[in-house]
Amino acid sequence: MSELLLNSFSFLLSGFVALTWQQVVMMAVGCLLLWLGIAKGYEPLLLLPIGFGAVLVNLPLTGLMEQEGLLRFFYDWGVLTEVFPCLIFVGIGAMTDFGPLLQRPSILLLGAAGQFGIFLTLALALALGFTQLEAVAVGVIGACDGPTAIYVTSKYAPQLLGPVSVAAYSYMSLVPLLQPPVMRALTTKREREIAMRGSKESVSRPVRVVFPVLVTIITCLIAPKGAPLMGMIMLGNLMRESGVVGRLLGAAENEIPNVITLLLGISIGATMQAEQFLRWATLLVLMLGLVAIVLDTAAGVLFGKLMCLLTKGAVNPLIGAAGISAYPMAARVAQTEGRKYNKRNYLLMHAMGANTGGQIGSVMAAGIMLSILQGLGLG
Amino acid sequence: MDNLSFGLAMTLVGMGGTLLSLWVLTLFMRALKKLFPLKAGEGTGEGRANP
Repeated sequence: MSELLLNSFSFLLSGFVALTWQQVVMMAVGCLLLWLGIAKGYEPLLLLPIGFGAVLVNLPLTGLMEQEGLLRFFYDWGVLTEVFPCLIFVGIGAMTDFGPLLQRPSILLLGAAGQFGIFLTLALALALGFTQLEAVAVGVIGACDGPTAIYVTSKYAPQLLGPVSVAAYSYMSLVPLLQPPVMRALTTKREREIAMRGSKESVSRPVRVVFPVLVTIITCLIAPKGAPLMGMIMLGNLMRESGVVGRLLGAAENEIPNVITLLLGISIGATMQAEQFLRWATLLVLMLGLVAIVLDTAAGVLFGKLMCLLTKGAVNPLIGAAGISAYPMAARVAQTEGRKYNKRNYLLMHAMGANTGGQIGSVMAAGIMLSILQGLGLG
Repeated sequence: MDNLSFGLAMTLVGMGGTLLSLWVLTLFMRALKKLFPLKAGEGTGEGRANP
């Protein structure tokens, strides 16, 4: 009897016995993400479930990521099938106003320049020894777009999903810290002071309604592999602009992204198991992610300078930094920086245009990458 | 395919393709605005629905 009691009691301690130092480190990383989300307010909607998922999955003997485990189910059903990132895009489309972009279509080109970091980082990742498909996944952190990064990585390098998603979401939340030094380094005081005229031109309702349909058709004809992402974002936007599906729009803006964000976050956290995450490659991915966002910002600002030159000073190059997908943070950064040098300068609407252009640009860049991979026989 | 060719192909076609596609989109956006100009008395047309 006493032996039975002892065995039963020792079973209660088996979790402690099985705990490795690597799991303790990863739980600390999870707690760090929780702290960043809760105490610092950095992307709490994502960092909280990701951080908690990282803690949960590193607790020994829980079996959460084993076959038939709860987190394995979420991961297999939503992430591996790419359903979660696509559904998140419906919500993003429903919440995005493309009005400022439609007022000044040329700003969309800043959304293209803001993606150059993806491709430059991809080349850098190859030079650092990542495989070709891994390099694609690492480069896509430069899209500054969590769902796109998850979509591409789960397709081509699922073993890097944890570090890539953590890098994508962490750096996205650090945009207000990462971008200003690059913006200042690449522009002159005179350029930063340029006041942009407010656009008096408005956009008619038919333009707003036809726009998502048109973008879907054109972009999917160019890069068919990007159709799941572009299709979903534009479906969400069509629901917003059509004004006839209020109930669906309500779900797309609230319930769908809320539920999916929770499940996506915890699934990503679940990929942060000690044996997979504590590797040299993780550190490299985090470093390259940082490089990607700096390169995106630099390319956007330099393209902004070119537009400034071509328009004889009508474009403030700072809005080029908003040509990434981190919406609306990047636009706010451009506005804040511009106001520092000219108190009467209101860049926000122009920067919002570039920022929504960055959303289209990031999905387009990912779609083009996927299509090239298919063309090369790797996709 | 070796890494150099792959990197070059992805970088050049990727960057060029993204820029070109978005430029094409700007042309369509301009055409769309010409096709459906804002009529007198029409608001911004922001189509928010009442849920």
